[in-house]
Amino acid sequence: MYEKEKGLVEAYRRGGMNRRTLVKSLGALGMSASTAAILVNASATKALAADFDWKQHSGKSVKLLLNQHPYTDAMIANLDNFKELTGMEVTYDVFPEDVYFDKVTAALSSGSSEYDAFMTGAYMTWTYGPAGWVEDLNEWITDASKTNPSYNWEDMIEGVRKSCAWNGQPGGALGSDDAKQWCIPWGYEQNNLAYNTAMMEKAGIDVPTNLDELIEAAAKAQAGNDGIYGIGVRGSRSWATIHPGFLSGYANFGEVDLTMSDDGKLAAAMNSAGSKDFHAKWVKMIQDSGAPDWSTHTWYQVGTDLGAGKSAMIYDADILGYFMNGGDNAMAGQLAYAPFAANPDASAPTPNIWIWSLAMSKFSRDKDAAWHFLQWASGPEHGLFGATQMDFVNPVRESVWADAGFRDRLSSTYPGYVDMHDVSAPGASIKFTAQPLFFDLTTEWAASMQKMVAGEVPVDEGLDQLADSVNSQLKEAGLG
Amino acid sequence: MTAATDPPGQRRKGVTISRKLLPYLLSMPALLVCIGILIPFFTAVWYSLQHYRLSQPWNRGMNWGENYLNFLTDADFWNTLQISLLYAGLTVVLELILGLGIALLLQKRTRMNNLISIMLLMPLMTAPALAALMFKLMTNSNFGILNYFAQVLGFENMRWASSPDTALLTVILVDIWVYTPFIMILLLAGLRSLPTQPFEAAALDGVPRIQQFWRITLPMLMPYVLTAALFRLLDSIQQFDIIYAMTQGGPGDNLMVFQVEAYLNFFQSTNVGRSAALLIILWAITFVLSNIFIKNWLRLRERTRPEG
Repeated sequence: MYEKEKGLVEAYRRGGMNRRTLVKSLGALGMSASTAAILVNASATKALAADFDWKQHSGKSVKLLLNQHPYTDAMIANLDNFKELTGMEVTYDVFPEDVYFDKVTAALSSGSSEYDAFMTGAYMTWTYGPAGWVEDLNEWITDASKTNPSYNWEDMIEGVRKSCAWNGQPGGALGSDDAKQWCIPWGYEQNNLAYNTAMMEKAGIDVPTNLDELIEAAAKAQAGNDGIYGIGVRGSRSWATIHPGFLSGYANFGEVDLTMSDDGKLAAAMNSAGSKDFHAKWVKMIQDSGAPDWSTHTWYQVGTDLGAGKSAMIYDADILGYFMNGGDNAMAGQLAYAPFAANPDASAPTPNIWIWSLAMSKFSRDKDAAWHFLQWASGPEHGLFGATQMDFVNPVRESVWADAGFRDRLSSTYPGYVDMHDVSAPGASIKFTAQPLFFDLTTEWAASMQKMVAGEVPVDEGLDQLADSVNSQLKEAGLG
Repeated sequence: MTAATDPPGQRRKGVTISRKLLPYLLSMPALLVCIGILIPFFTAVWYSLQHYRLSQPWNRGMNWGENYLNFLTDADFWNTLQISLLYAGLTVVLELILGLGIALLLQKRTRMNNLISIMLLMPLMTAPALAALMFKLMTNSNFGILNYFAQVLGFENMRWASSPDTALLTVILVDIWVYTPFIMILLLAGLRSLPTQPFEAAALDGVPRIQQFWRITLPMLMPYVLTAALFRLLDSIQQFDIIYAMTQGGPGDNLMVFQVEAYLNFFQSTNVGRSAALLIILWAITFVLSNIFIKNWLRLRERTRPEG
């Protein structure tokens, strides 16, 4: 490296300039943006090594179980820096999402020590944690001898961080004082609106700001554009149909899935008057303006239909809209984003969230070494690298969201995305009640919704039946 | 000491022991295979008698027949039983009719017929899950070719696997596409191996072709029909991949067959006890059906065997 470049990087490390200025200055010296960014990241890695003995597990190896995802790609792209920093070896198996969680369940339930750490969703830890398959990471996070001083745990967005912690008591509040940190947030998804600007303009519609407006806008968008449907939301017979837009809107009206009595017993709340009203509107929206084959739609179809110009809007994971606005998607560059509060009386959106997280297997043979990897992968340096150089979106750290370079990049290509995130983040958290029957009950909720949309059962009756079934399952499991 | 130098009594004793052990030694491989089959089976039976959820290890314990007794009052279970039997029955009947029809058309040994019969086997070489995904694309409401043809034929809002009205039909269509060649090839082999004399005699007597089919071909072919039906029935009632890949058992509970229900119970709900009980019930149904078929098959084989 030439002296001038060295000087600039040193100045950055001392805090003499911010990242954006550094990259610009290196660019002025003839260095490409990507090379500059890698250089900056390597220098950040060196800076990390200054205050903490990253080499204490040098020569050891950890094995990861990973889902095929842009977050995984970002980690693999930066992995050499970790190896250089720690002297450790990292191996991994990557599986597509369709089979990923089956693989995790099989590995953990068999007590296999093959994997030291793995990707997971926070909901899954409601099974893994009580089953004794994952470690409570508080033990490492709070141990100064094992965690580097610049890790900055509090930098994680509060609602996201707390959503990964549960005390294991059915109905226990997420992030309570006695909660166990079953996993560490890695990247997350809020649920808001992504829409096709050309289609909205053609149909003469403003961006909807509440559920009634959304239903109306979806119908108008469908009528005003040929061969498309108005609104994309998930519909497959899976718990994943409930957690995105549906639960975000539902929670915005103050509705809950379950209630807990004073004696700690859980009961279904899906058949309250407010819930029935919300369901009726949601069902009508799908019947009038949803995908014709809605009941088979997973996140994949919701996203690709928006990207292919088959739908005008989605009320789903914001990163679906993010990915569909780039690459070789037909609608790349034509999408925009808006925060969405379904309840006209709500002060802000309250998105339910999906959090891709990292967890440590209870059966790992070297947990301290595994923690070395986990703290690096979820640390601020890798977060910033992934967010600015790769598609590690949405980052879970406040510091990354505060980075001017990252915000500028998003704002220039993804109109409204940063604002959407900023407005929604304070209310973003998991809105489900944490309890071990989560997947049973939520999948049944999705199946009920399918019946309602298909007209097999009226909404009122369907929700009463659902509540009866949920209550009976809760009782049988000793939770209700 | 060699055998040649052994005293006669001792040698005879050794031979006797070897002879006694021989049957056991010969049956050892079969015994080992049996153990390999029986251990997982009895493990599943053991699990099915427990309250066993992976997510609630503290609640694990024997509940003996409770999982099974719960099925009696469980509407989901009866729905699963009904759908599984309906699916198996419809696919087997339709595939038999189609397979037999195609086999009759290809019965004559010509170069063209041989070529067609080989080409018709291609769907059988496609993984059922892949076939399901292919049909999912072909029935897509935006660009699916089958959907296009349905529109041309006047079915404007055909929703295929997405609608409770047509979901069963759609997955049966995929099953038929994949497995009809299996029936066709079995029946074709049967048709081509039938003795020619009865047909020649019937032709001499001027028996119409349709009568020949009902009175000679079908009865003589029946062992083959039953064999094909047995294989397909056992497979159909255990259907998983096509339904799971297309709808995951939905819409609603419309396609919630045994294997899908058991799979979701295990991998999604981590309810090992219920999942195992469902599979043991499925095993029992399969066992009974196979026995009925095999008994009938043996009876028919005896009846159609030439006197001698």
